[in-house]
Amino acid sequence: MSHHIVEFKDVFFRYPDGTEALREIHFRIVHGESVGVVGANGAGKSTLLQHMNGYLMPTSGTVTIGDVVLTKKTRREIRKKVGVVFQNPDDQLFMPTVFDDVAFGPLNLGLDEASVRERVHQALSVVRSLDLRDKPPHHLSAGQKSAVAIASVMAMEPDILAMDEPAANLDPRSRRSLITLLKTFKHSKIIASHDLDLILDVCGRCIVMRDGRVVADGPSAEILSDRSLLEENDLELPLSLQRQVMA
Amino acid sequence: MTFDERYFDIGRLDRLSYKDTCVHRLDPRAKVIATVMFLFTVISFPKYEVVALAPFFLFPVLLMTVGEIPILFIVKKMIIVSPFAIFIGIFNPFLDTRTAVVIAGIPVSAGWLSFLSILLKFALTISAALLLIATTSFPAVCHALRRLGFPALFVSQLLFLYRYLFVLMEEAMRIIRAREMRSFGRRSTGMKVFARLIGTLFLRTVDRADRIYYAMLSRGFQGDVPTLKRSRIAAADLAFMAATVAFLAVFRSFRVTEEIGRIAQELFL
Repeated sequence: MSHHIVEFKDVFFRYPDGTEALREIHFRIVHGESVGVVGANGAGKSTLLQHMNGYLMPTSGTVTIGDVVLTKKTRREIRKKVGVVFQNPDDQLFMPTVFDDVAFGPLNLGLDEASVRERVHQALSVVRSLDLRDKPPHHLSAGQKSAVAIASVMAMEPDILAMDEPAANLDPRSRRSLITLLKTFKHSKIIASHDLDLILDVCGRCIVMRDGRVVADGPSAEILSDRSLLEENDLELPLSLQRQVMA
Repeated sequence: MTFDERYFDIGRLDRLSYKDTCVHRLDPRAKVIATVMFLFTVISFPKYEVVALAPFFLFPVLLMTVGEIPILFIVKKMIIVSPFAIFIGIFNPFLDTRTAVVIAGIPVSAGWLSFLSILLKFALTISAALLLIATTSFPAVCHALRRLGFPALFVSQLLFLYRYLFVLMEEAMRIIRAREMRSFGRRSTGMKVFARLIGTLFLRTVDRADRIYYAMLSRGFQGDVPTLKRSRIAAADLAFMAATVAFLAVFRSFRVTEEIGRIAQELFL
């Protein structure tokens, strides 16, 4: 299928206060590809992700999702295709119970009751959180919250997943199960993270950003083992590779 | 109570609603309607009424017992809000001094009666409202209101209030802790700092509201928070409402306590 493509063409974005957040962003992600976006704080990773489903619109250039060009009119359509998982699950889980939250997307898609229930069940069992369904989000642990946040996006059955720091605030075990989970998804994925080991584990391809520009784009194994490239961009070798070098 | 403790105490009201008793299982709409009828019946009594209010305590007491809600918890919550009622009625005994009844030779002024009446009505209404939430959960009450025809905007505001109350309190808790850690035991650092804390909290809230709205848009929000119908009015709910109506009608129209008193007098005197 060709329609799970994400394409950024010469995208520039300037915030209203004049900050140039994205400059000349140009890349293409094909169906089923997993792409990690890394870079220092303020390099433009989150801004990039917010373009994926039209929360921000490029100042110039085009964003194409599948065969639809992102405009104010196509935004709604595109939001059905691209699921965005936020950095802070508290922002994402806004309904009073887990069930309501996961059902929110499917209900807005206009599905009937039976299929909404089916989707909620499906999504919650994928992240192994079925027993949390009646709990309010404020009684969940951080790991449970992020699992439910992923479920709430999965329930919309998006073609493309965009995640902003999915492993932030997770303990090592929850992080590991998140990585295992991400590997099972067949979607095209874009993951912005400082967790370079996670990127190395999950994403075949990696984009390095600096000051709103893409400075490197290539296979993760290559880019994330290039010590001088990483250090130039205020990053460092993933821990797993540091160990190998020492040994 | 410190701020932290108070925070966890709010969570408790919430946890009570997870229980599974026959009161908890009733349809939220039935409970909302019953509670509203109860509230209106109680406040419909004239301002000097004391004796006839007494039997109405049966309603909250029954709910509390069958719903396994700890009485101390409800009483504590009532005490926290009681100043409102006390200050409304506290001047009545001084303003309304004509003698209304004489009990055991001591004249009791009408002001005291109306003050007592206010307190009783307060206790009845607050306990009924607290019990509604403790046995139904706040979101279920909101959904019930929506299905009873309340405007969508109003109900979604209530839902967000409930959801983000906890998040906001955690945020406030973090700010307060950070302040305490750097104020080295000086208890109050003055109004200026306090004003800035509130300002910070407000700014963070605005940012968060922005992100939440983005999250909602990302999942197809169109102005109404959609909900599933998850309950059906069953025979038990109808029975519950009928019993409530009968209970309220009997105690509202017959002065049952006085009758009992009269019969007792006839028997023993």
